Formats: sequence, structure tokens, C-alpha cells
Amino acid sequence: MLAVTNLEVRYGGIVAVKGVSFAVEPGEMACLIGANGAGKTTTLKALARLLPARGEIRYRGARIDTLPGHALVSRGLALVPEGRGVFSRLTVAENLAMGAYHRPRHEGGEVGADLDRIHELLPRLKERRHQLAGTLSGGEQQMLALGRALMGRPRLLLLDEPSMGLAPLMVQKVFEVIRTIAAQGVTILLVEQNARLALEVCQRGYVMESGRITLADTASALAADARVRAAYLGS
Amino acid sequence: MALIGCALVIAPLAVGAGLGNAWVRVLDFAALYIMLALGLNIVVGFAGLLDLGYIAFYAVGAYLYALLASPHFGLHWPAWAILPLGAAVAGLFGVLLGAPTLRLRGDYLAIVTLGFGEIIRIFLNNLNAPINITNGPKGIAGIDAIAVFGHRLSKPIDIGGFTVSGATLYYYLFVALALAIVFVCVRLQDSRIGRAWVAIREDEVAAKACGIDTRNVKLLAFAMGASFGGVAGGLFAGFQEFVSPESFGLMESIMVLCMVVLGGMGHIPGVILGGLMLTVLPEAFRHGAGPVQQALFGKVLLDPEALRMLLFGLALIAVMLYRPAGLWPESRHRREMAE
Repeated sequence: MLAVTNLEVRYGGIVAVKGVSFAVEPGEMACLIGANGAGKTTTLKALARLLPARGEIRYRGARIDTLPGHALVSRGLALVPEGRGVFSRLTVAENLAMGAYHRPRHEGGEVGADLDRIHELLPRLKERRHQLAGTLSGGEQQMLALGRALMGRPRLLLLDEPSMGLAPLMVQKVFEVIRTIAAQGVTILLVEQNARLALEVCQRGYVMESGRITLADTASALAADARVRAAYLGS
Repeated sequence: MALIGCALVIAPLAVGAGLGNAWVRVLDFAALYIMLALGLNIVVGFAGLLDLGYIAFYAVGAYLYALLASPHFGLHWPAWAILPLGAAVAGLFGVLLGAPTLRLRGDYLAIVTLGFGEIIRIFLNNLNAPINITNGPKGIAGIDAIAVFGHRLSKPIDIGGFTVSGATLYYYLFVALALAIVFVCVRLQDSRIGRAWVAIREDEVAAKACGIDTRNVKLLAFAMGASFGGVAGGLFAGFQEFVSPESFGLMESIMVLCMVVLGGMGHIPGVILGGLMLTVLPEAFRHGAGPVQQALFGKVLLDPEALRMLLFGLALIAVMLYRPAGLWPESRHRREMAE
């Protein structure tokens, strides 16, 4: 689904991502875990072509590292940015409609059907469809961001810290939704600081440390790894 | 609708008869400023890009008209040819300003656009040497009045013994064009492009993540806004029959921005109200402050001009304190009804 080779991202003179290589197989959930400042978010932004980067990014076999960021959504690669990034002064319904922005007009009927499915998956969004997105709780905003990405009919979802700033109960709910989305056949690459939770839901995991991938394995193997347990799981 | 239409038609005649022709000219300027405010509203209100040099596009339109229809180069192009060209050239300048500032936002964008506005004005001021293009600080005089069907609008017209003044004729032309611009703005707001502008205003990264080509959409905002400014500038040059760099200072940019902010950013009726108020009220003070003081105190204590700016400043502060979204902001209610 996604194959990254020697990805390198610089901010001015600082190299934030130092040549990472990894892959995500179709239908699986993979996660990128690591401490603050390890380069996880930068990697994800580079994959979504929101940052200039060197190296090769292949998505469904074709190179996408030469495409502009906005062209990826219509190919089925969608990013849910860190900190939700909902349009706070638009209503929930308007936010969801923006998710289908790139879809051609003749898909109008299908877009309506997709909206119904998303309302079914996330009933809170239906209840609050006339409310301004900025007035939603953090968890609801995260749900809205997920719903908006789903409106674009993604095949690969890049999720940046969906648990950030949420109450534990809400984190559980958000991850349930993510699981449901994955069960519907969407491939997911998740960036998380909450390593325990990420390794629990994902099949594959990568550990990032100061711009490099230091460990790569199945999620269950990583969760059992002594180094991971000491550094990220606190046991 | 019909009521507004009637009011628009009768306004200059009533004002002309009651208050004199000078006030019809004020209405003419109000129409010009409304066009400017609507243009700036696209950039600031819809796309959320703070532009402090907007008057530069007005200047570009005005000078283009002045150069192509005056004895300065001996060219006398008709207005119907210059005005669309002015819109196009100003739009091009909009892209020129937009391209290097694509990655800037907020304060930083404001500083660059402010610089751009000043650069244009200083160019106009100094392009009289080595080759005299703009005639420098002296400006360009003797510009051809705008002609419609061969009739110069500066000359009054007689209709069955009833004289319609030049200022009134200009009023009808300006209002017609302002209405055309309002129509374009309304259509843009409800279009895909309008939604993309709003998305960029709210969150640029998220907009990109929705598949919006933020670069092109931002450039389009700059170009569209600038082209309205260019049209208004051309009309201004033909109306005044004189242009000089003085008319295009920073204060003018700020004035147009005030119209947008005071009226209600992003809300077309609000912006129109802002443009109308900030043109008409200062004039009313200018004419009214002297006589009122004379009546109250027996003499003029404060120079009306100074008083005007003082009251203007106070009014701005009051509006920002009590109506921070502007005098006539967009209501959520309307949006919900549209669902």
C-alpha cells in the first residue's frame, strides 16, 4: 500500500527525519511510535506532501513524491492532521461537506450515501450537524476530523495523534471508531505517543527515535520487547 | 428588491435637489469605495489574507486609464476598452503580489502587502525620469471623461426640460457596475471557490488535506480582489479627470480595510454598509461640524477636519468594543436555514 525508502526531511539546516524506510501493507493498521520530537509528525506530513522531502514514497505502486499535497486526496490518501484541524467557524455539516470537496459533482448521490454511513458510525456528528465545529468537545472534534477524512473515501488514512489532549474515556471511543474504520477495509498508518494503545490496536509497529526508525516488528512483538517496554510502556 | 431599486434610482435626484451636486459626488465616491471594499473583502473576508496594500490595485487601474486616455501620451482609448484591461492588469499585479507571499500569513503578510502598496505609490511618484511615464508627483491631468454611447458623462443631459447632472450620470454608471460586482461576489461566495477560500481562512493545512490546491486558490483570491480594485481605479480616473500618487497612500488602504472590518468581514451586505457609512459620514462631519459649533458656542472651536478624524477614531474603537464582528455580521441563523 505504502512503501517509503530513505525519506529525509529538513527544517532549514536541521535534519528532522534522517532517511527512514518502512512499509504499510494493504488492509493493515501500522503505527509509528516514539517520544516527543522523534520526527513522527514530520514523517506523516512529508507522506501527505505537506512538507518538502527527499527520498522515495510509493503509494499503491506509484511514486507520489513528485505530486502536490492536494492531489493525493483524490487518489485515496488522506491525512487527519495533528490537533484535529477542523474548520472551527463552520458547522459540523459544512466541515463534512468540505471532506468531499475534491469529489466530482456527478458523485453527488454517493456522497450523500457516504454521509449517511458516517452519521451511522458517528451519531454525535448527526446530532450536532448545525453546531459550529469550534464549540464541540475535543473528542467530538477528533470524530469530526475522522468523519471529514472518510467523506473523501480514503484507502489509506494517515492519523496524527488522535488521542492527543483527550480524556481517557474519549481516547477509548476514538480508537473504537478507528478500529471500525479499519475493519471496513481502510488501511491505517497511525502516529501515536500513547504507545501502549497504539501497539494494542495495530498489527505492525515502528519505533522512531531522533529522526530514525530504530525498531520494526509486529505490534505484539514490539509490545513484548524489553527495550520498548522500558522506554515507552513504563514497565 | 424593487424598493431598493427605486431608492437607488431616486437617491441622486433627491440628494441633488435637496443638498446640491457636491453630495451627489459623495454618493459617486461611495459607489467607488463600495467596489473597493467588496474587492478587498474577497481577499480579507473570504480568504482571510490580511492585505494592507490593496489601494495599489486601485492605483494601477487609475493610472492605466490615465495613460491610455489623456493628452499625456496622446492616446484616447474608449473607457469600455480600458476598464476590462484595467481589471486584467490589476489582476496580474494581484498575482505578482500573491506569488511571493503564498507562505505568509497574518502580520507577516500584512507587512509585505503594506510594502507592496508603498512601492507602487513610490514608483508612480518617481517614474517621470529618465523617461516620463507617470508625470511624477504632478500627476496626470486632462484625462478623458468616461463616455457612454458617445456621450461624455461629465456633461449634463437634458431630458424633456429636466437636467440630469454629470455627477448623477456617473452615479448611475457606478451603481450599475457596483451591482455587477455584488452579483459576482454573491455567486463566488456560494461556489466551490468560495468554499475553498473559507476553508483556507479557517485552517490552511486542513484545507490542503481536503484536496484544495491552496496555492492556486489563494492566487485567485488576490487576482479577483485586485481586478475589482482595477475597475474602480479606472472609473475614478475617468470621473476625476485627474490622478496623482497622493490619492493612493497607505491611509486609503487602511480606510478600505476599515470599511470591510467595520461593516462585517466576509458578509457582503455588511461590507456595502461599511463602504457607504465611511464615505458619507465623514463628509457629513466635514460639512456639519463647523455650523453646529457656530450655533452651540458662537464660534468654531475645533477644526472640522481634526474633529472628523477624532470622531472617526472613537467610532472605530466603539464598534470594535461593542460589535467586534462588525456592524452587520453574517448571522449563523441564515446558514442554518440554508441546510
